[in-house]
Amino acid sequence: MIRRAGIFLAALTLFAVIAPWFAPYGAGEAFRDFLHAPPMRPHFDGGIVFHPLVLANRMEQRFEPDRGRVVRLPWIERTEGAPVFLLGSDDFGRDVLSQMLYGARTSIGLSLVATLGAVLIGALAGAWAGYRGGWIDDAIMRFADFVLVLPAIYVVLVLRAVLNPVLPASTVFVLVVGIFVVVGWPFVAKGVRAIVAVERSREYVQAAQSLGARPLRILTVHLIPACTSHLLVQATLLLPAFILAEATLSFIGLGFPDPVTSWGTMLSGAGNYNAVARFPWTLAPAVAIFAIVLLTNLLASQPSRPARA
Amino acid sequence: MGRYLLTRLAFALALVFVVSSAALLLTKLAPGDFATQQCVVLTVEECTALREKLGLDRPFLEQYASWLSGALRFDFGQSMLYSRPVSTLIGERAVNTAMLATIALLLATAIGIPLGIYSGTGRGVGRAMVRVISVVGLSVPPLIGSLALVFLAARTGWLPVGGMTSSAGIELTWAQWLADLARHLPLPALALAIPMAATLERLQSEAIESAAHEPFVAASRARGADRTRSILRHAWPASLRPVLGLYGVIIGTLFSGSFVVEIVTSWPGLGQLMFNALKARDLFLVAGCAATGAFFLAAGTLISDLLLAYTDPRVRSGERA
Repeated sequence: MIRRAGIFLAALTLFAVIAPWFAPYGAGEAFRDFLHAPPMRPHFDGGIVFHPLVLANRMEQRFEPDRGRVVRLPWIERTEGAPVFLLGSDDFGRDVLSQMLYGARTSIGLSLVATLGAVLIGALAGAWAGYRGGWIDDAIMRFADFVLVLPAIYVVLVLRAVLNPVLPASTVFVLVVGIFVVVGWPFVAKGVRAIVAVERSREYVQAAQSLGARPLRILTVHLIPACTSHLLVQATLLLPAFILAEATLSFIGLGFPDPVTSWGTMLSGAGNYNAVARFPWTLAPAVAIFAIVLLTNLLASQPSRPARA
Repeated sequence: MGRYLLTRLAFALALVFVVSSAALLLTKLAPGDFATQQCVVLTVEECTALREKLGLDRPFLEQYASWLSGALRFDFGQSMLYSRPVSTLIGERAVNTAMLATIALLLATAIGIPLGIYSGTGRGVGRAMVRVISVVGLSVPPLIGSLALVFLAARTGWLPVGGMTSSAGIELTWAQWLADLARHLPLPALALAIPMAATLERLQSEAIESAAHEPFVAASRARGADRTRSILRHAWPASLRPVLGLYGVIIGTLFSGSFVVEIVTSWPGLGQLMFNALKARDLFLVAGCAATGAFFLAAGTLISDLLLAYTDPRVRSGERA
């Protein structure tokens, strides 16, 4: 589990970093003649080729393939006026696949930073509580319990809603990360506290103490490393929960402002039921989120906690 | 036991007080107030008059004190957005959310617990299949689930896709209204229930699997009880502790989940009301919604703790399990 969790987190990080490089079209590159174009079917003719789409009926927004012409994969060759939409296009005529790949960096990146923050704060707070004991322990853990009892999405909602609804993307990033850290740290802190409370009476800690190590050194060098497996497991559980929370926030319009692509902003365009029924391919980010949550649940060999929305 | 109940009630009251006060304070601190949006189309004098009428020109502590003294007499103020008393508004919406949440919880229990007992004690293909379905179900959070179900409903036309009733404004008889509701309820309830059912299934399965290996279960078999009886009468009660413990945690999940589901399927519940109130900076409505949410939350955890105490004598006597 520990090794697999590490590999999973590393793979997701790598994916978030490199995904946009594989996008066939630019971020926000819109084809105004191809609104809500369906995914195109590949054909084999000495390689993968596609028949370019032609608008058959403007009222119904219905497209038909032009069987007389062929175009190739956009990574190999781009044909002017005949874009290839492997996963269809959205309400602005943007390629859903490209948007997904750009959105991956925003959504996974934000969640990774938030996870890192929550794990860091949670580890420090939990370790301090477990090491010092007494009223500090009581105060920190009571507060953690209080945060755990609140429905996370409402806390996120209230904290986000009381700030200006329209903010620049970088501010939103920092803000959302901060809010996620606030609701995420108690999950980490509780386990770390339990481990540290046991470990602190072990011989190696006593040895460090008798050698004159300060509490801060004992915590960071000796006790927190003892919690590594717990931290990794918590990180794998928090990450999909944060991806989902970002999607929810953006879905209701409190996430990233429009030109920034994230899986949540993509879903907010696809969310009304008219669009869901007619252009189901715009729900692609939902499938991606489902896949990540599913992977996490398969990783956690005995899953017993649902992803919190 | 009496003392335990009193402490818990005090904690619940404190939770409601802290949460609603914090919500009020945060909304007050937020940039802009309810009048800001109205003032776009009003003259300066009208705007000042509106602020005065709503009491927005008063200092926060004064506003807070008058709200608090009203709240003690169960007067939670007037909603600025809907121009109606907060308590009646919340009453209507809370019923809708409670209905959705209760049906979802019952559905999840009815699906999850029996399947968990089956997969925890059975063997072979059926057990493996339940596990696979369960892990997939765990991975369908309410946002994804409701979107998928809306897609399914819109494509097939089996169920209506949004709202709580289809005919707003048309007078219906009780029976018609109920039938209409029964058609609108399954979609949001299912979206909410799927991950919960899967969670319950996994936990019940683990719990009963370990309980089935206890000596007293073998003893019941040795006394001649058949397999079904020894599982249901002897192993299952012993496995309930972690499952009931989860119900306390689930209430929070239920609230978070129902918020998302309400937004996606336009179910007129508390979550939607709170969202609108927050957006409009409707101070007292936000506070009222937060208080109601906290109340339900505290009640839920209390009920699950009482259930736990009922099934486990160690908790009742205050002994640490």
